[in-house]
Amino acid sequence: MLIRFWGTRGSLPAPLGGAALQGKLRAALRKASGRSFTDDAEIDRFIASELTFAERSTFGGNTSCVEADIGSDEHLILDLGSGVREFGNRFMSGAYPGKKKVFNILMSHPHWDHIMGFPFFVPAYVPGHTIRIYGGHSTLDNAFRRQHAEPSFPVDYSQLGASIEFVTLDPAKTYDIAGAKVRLMRQHHTGDSYGYRIEHGGRSLIYSTDSEHKFEETGDTYPFVDFFRNADLVIFDAMYSLADAVSIREDWGHSSNIIAVELCHHAAAKRLCLFHHDPNSDDRSIAEVLQDTRRFEELARDGRAPLDVLSAYDGLEIEL
Amino acid sequence: MGGMVATSEQKVGNASVLSPTGRVDVETTPPLQERLLPLLGTSGAVVVIDFSGVTYISSSGLRALMLGAKEAKAKGGKLAVCALNETVAEIFRISRFNQVVPVYPDLRGALTALDPAGVGV
Repeated sequence: MLIRFWGTRGSLPAPLGGAALQGKLRAALRKASGRSFTDDAEIDRFIASELTFAERSTFGGNTSCVEADIGSDEHLILDLGSGVREFGNRFMSGAYPGKKKVFNILMSHPHWDHIMGFPFFVPAYVPGHTIRIYGGHSTLDNAFRRQHAEPSFPVDYSQLGASIEFVTLDPAKTYDIAGAKVRLMRQHHTGDSYGYRIEHGGRSLIYSTDSEHKFEETGDTYPFVDFFRNADLVIFDAMYSLADAVSIREDWGHSSNIIAVELCHHAAAKRLCLFHHDPNSDDRSIAEVLQDTRRFEELARDGRAPLDVLSAYDGLEIEL
Repeated sequence: MGGMVATSEQKVGNASVLSPTGRVDVETTPPLQERLLPLLGTSGAVVVIDFSGVTYISSSGLRALMLGAKEAKAKGGKLAVCALNETVAEIFRISRFNQVVPVYPDLRGALTALDPAGVGV
């Protein structure tokens, strides 16, 4: 199972600005001071080995969209944030020659940042394509039709060329979608959201974004522990610090890196990927949160197997 | 993976000092919370939690502190913690709880700040 992150930002796209870019250039030039490079390859080696991720790259600014490529002949996508535009462009460029023009979309919920990429998803305009949009909400279609309507968008939903179906899923059932075993779980978020457990080929992926955890519930008997159990990868909404998530941003529907680690420890998950980054956070602060989270994982481990912790960025690929 | 937390309590001047020991986690937080919140339930109460015997604190323990901080604010009281070991201090920093509850290096420092008359300052 290959996981590709097309959008990792929460709430709103957050493009890298000129000032932030200048800061990266400044850091790179400072580290390169006094050095000489014979060719581009040597520059590339310097960039890769001596600059931090936050200095040489960016976590990106697109909102939630993750591809789970299980090797089947149909596409499997989680959420339709602004990141899906780039996935659609990649598909249209012919990057998936072995796959049918069938797109299975698992929706966490219909909040704007999770659907905003759909009007710019080029495959939706092409006759002959099939798009199946799955989710726990029975009113998903209304959200998609509404964002295409005047005055919000110039192309009405009825003008989309693809065949588009909406399928309401039941959290009590297990589904076969694009060849994967799929379960969902209702999450605490305004208007509800749904997390997904996707299993294929002996590997398991959890996609749990826009989910607030009231942390008196995070012991071994907490239902999410069972849902996350032994997962190979948990993609987790860690938008806020714990202090913010339980004080000024309580009931905003998001969680923290602390709860992420504790849940994954209880569930014996193997890898945690921090996701849905705060659009107010710059690359350096997201990198610091990752560093802090790895340190907290060490402090909290208490004899458990180590949990691998990473932070999602637009363009990240993880092979499970 | 929790262990028993024994919490002693003493009165220093006008302040109540709670001194839990061991790991403060999902299993051991409830009894600590049951002692903390009533102390903060009276108007103007001053409570210091001496962490010198605490080896670890989980989100559950931090939640209890958050509830305590809210109760203190509502009742015009004061809540502070002191004497965090390196591990607990790191967890406060990572969770940003060092911005929620005042943290002092030691008990005397906390009492001096919260109840100067009680310690003869």
